[in-house]
Amino acid sequence: MPLLKGRNIVEDAWTLLADNLELPEAGFVIVSLDRFIRDRDLLVACSGPIGVRLSSAQSPELIADALEVFSLIELEFPAFTDGRPYSYAQLLHRLGFAGEIRAVGNVLRDQYLNLKRCGFDALEIKEGETAEEWCIATGAFSAPYQVAYDTEKPIMSLREKRLAAAS
Amino acid sequence: MYRYDEFDRKFVNERVAEFRGQVARRMSGELSEEEFRPLRLMNGLYLQLHAYMLRVAIPYGTFSAEQMRKLAQIARTYDRGYGHFTTRQNIQFNWPKLEDVPNLLAELADVEMHAIQTSGNCIRNVTADPYAGAIVDEVDDSRIWAEIVRQWSTLHPEFTFLGRKFKIAVSASDYDRAVVRFHDIGLFIKKNDAGETGFEVWIGGGLGRTPMIGKISNEFVPAEDLLSYLEAVLRVYNMNGRRDNKYKARIKILVHETGLDELRAQIDAEWAAIKDSALKVPEYEIERIRVYFAPPPFETLNAVDRGFETKKFENPEFSRWVNGNVVAHKQVGYAIVNISLKTDDLPPGDITADQMDNLADLAENYSFDEIRATHEQNLVFAHVKQSELFELWRELGEIGLAMPNIGKVTDMIVCPGLDYCGLANTRSIPVAQRISKRYADLDQQFDLGELKLKISGCINACGHHHVGHIGLLGVDRRGEEFYQITLGGSGAEDAAIGSIIGPAFSSSDIVDAVEELINFYVEIRNQGERFLDTYRRVGAAPFKSRLYPEKLDAAA
Repeated sequence: MPLLKGRNIVEDAWTLLADNLELPEAGFVIVSLDRFIRDRDLLVACSGPIGVRLSSAQSPELIADALEVFSLIELEFPAFTDGRPYSYAQLLHRLGFAGEIRAVGNVLRDQYLNLKRCGFDALEIKEGETAEEWCIATGAFSAPYQVAYDTEKPIMSLREKRLAAAS
Repeated sequence: MYRYDEFDRKFVNERVAEFRGQVARRMSGELSEEEFRPLRLMNGLYLQLHAYMLRVAIPYGTFSAEQMRKLAQIARTYDRGYGHFTTRQNIQFNWPKLEDVPNLLAELADVEMHAIQTSGNCIRNVTADPYAGAIVDEVDDSRIWAEIVRQWSTLHPEFTFLGRKFKIAVSASDYDRAVVRFHDIGLFIKKNDAGETGFEVWIGGGLGRTPMIGKISNEFVPAEDLLSYLEAVLRVYNMNGRRDNKYKARIKILVHETGLDELRAQIDAEWAAIKDSALKVPEYEIERIRVYFAPPPFETLNAVDRGFETKKFENPEFSRWVNGNVVAHKQVGYAIVNISLKTDDLPPGDITADQMDNLADLAENYSFDEIRATHEQNLVFAHVKQSELFELWRELGEIGLAMPNIGKVTDMIVCPGLDYCGLANTRSIPVAQRISKRYADLDQQFDLGELKLKISGCINACGHHHVGHIGLLGVDRRGEEFYQITLGGSGAEDAAIGSIIGPAFSSSDIVDAVEELINFYVEIRNQGERFLDTYRRVGAAPFKSRLYPEKLDAAA
């Protein structure tokens, strides 16, 4: 599936590995949490990069002691109304995860701004969709009201700046 | 009151433009109804029994004459000449057409209003004490903090698709005029011994199918840490609240199932990690907002106005209205005036476009251009000179809004019920109207004193029946409307959830049953006792045997 990163559709080097398939030495595979728990030692020893996919019922707390193992964490939206992964992304950043965070599953393009603001780096979109369509949402607001993971200056600090400029 | 600066204005206009695009995508079929539903709900647009309904936010219930006039115009243009005030300080309009809603929102934006987060599984309109800034018992103006919470929660990227709706209320008083303890988060502003401002935080309150009184999760969150604490609570809730059953998805169930101590530990751990961050509320922002809520330019007046005292003496009707609807103000010579929307002519909380226009004029003339909406579906003029109360009363009377029944048996909270609502099992409004007729005698109402009667047309409890001194819940019995009675509830500082007294009554019997309960109270009350006090003193059993005498016979 096409992968949207920032404002561009990019090549996806990763594949999702079914639980019954063998681990390729080159890595670039995404495993389930079950697989990680089962084959943890094997995965840690793998020389190539490893990713994990968490369902919306699986908190990143479950892998908090193994974040350095992963170069990619996929957070799955079973329905666009299930907002747990937004908090998971924030939590992952807070726990110091430095790899890529991806959204997969059912997301509306109106939610792209929220995803970016919560620190998602990439998003799987459907065949035929364009980056332009998705990026309408990210341009909808000039400034947000609150701080989030992104570096957008919230309205509060814009006010402070204006205040400082005036004095 | 708060006024938009260029940032607020731009934000709300951008939200209108975004929604306009979403509506266009729905109209073109690009969005399915299923996909559009959460988007429209986040902007207060419901699909009801007969048509769309738009709920407009009145943040913490404070609005101006100009805004009221705009609401009147919207009522005329898009509704059928009415507005309906809700229990969360919002106003609803029925019948708008989907294609008109973007323009309607643009008109609201012109007067600094919006419908953002008046519905949906997100942080809803923040409510506050309707007497804020006017009442003597407050330690601060709760609207300052409600505005800070409003801004933080507006289109919050992380908390827009929660497991369920999330309601926050703010009070700065020991008296609870905002049902704070029945909110997902209730905030009581406190001063500590050092004179610093902070918040006593209650979590997990709520009505609905599983009514619960909130519990204190933190006794004093320092003011500057308010947003980080709220964010910690919301994050823990968003990650751990149940998603398998929408009736068990509110934070109250998480509190109940996790246990307060464990949940508090989780919240505190999250809070500790994010407290020292950009979430700290800067002093300049608190002060910037505080300025908007500075007291209006009050005159220095005498405590006793002779003209006012004389009018009360001369005119018993005026005197009764003063006794019923007027509350002492913290500024000498001023008063807080409650305007009842429980009149004979309209459903509870409803108001005509003409009344709105008239009230706008009166607010400008008598109350520093400020109006408040209350959770009890009434309005308040917060700052009226005692010396002008008589004139105001006379003018309110001319537009049918001088009903002196605040807090009395006919001042009912009533949900729209099956007359409008797609969720309801029974009608609520006709029952309320029959009770109003039964107790039309004002002398009798005053004799009964404070009696909070609340009616919900279904188990979702929008009519707050759980916290009525007398609560009525409509239930469907094989296509027939029945009403179950609960007694002993309170949404105030003596918070309690009512108990079901016995089998439900048919629609034709329910008003008699209510009257029987009230008659019994009158027979056994002690001097000065409210219905609720008597009920608490004697318990449910005597009320029960009075209401169901045949059961007693059978047992004997």
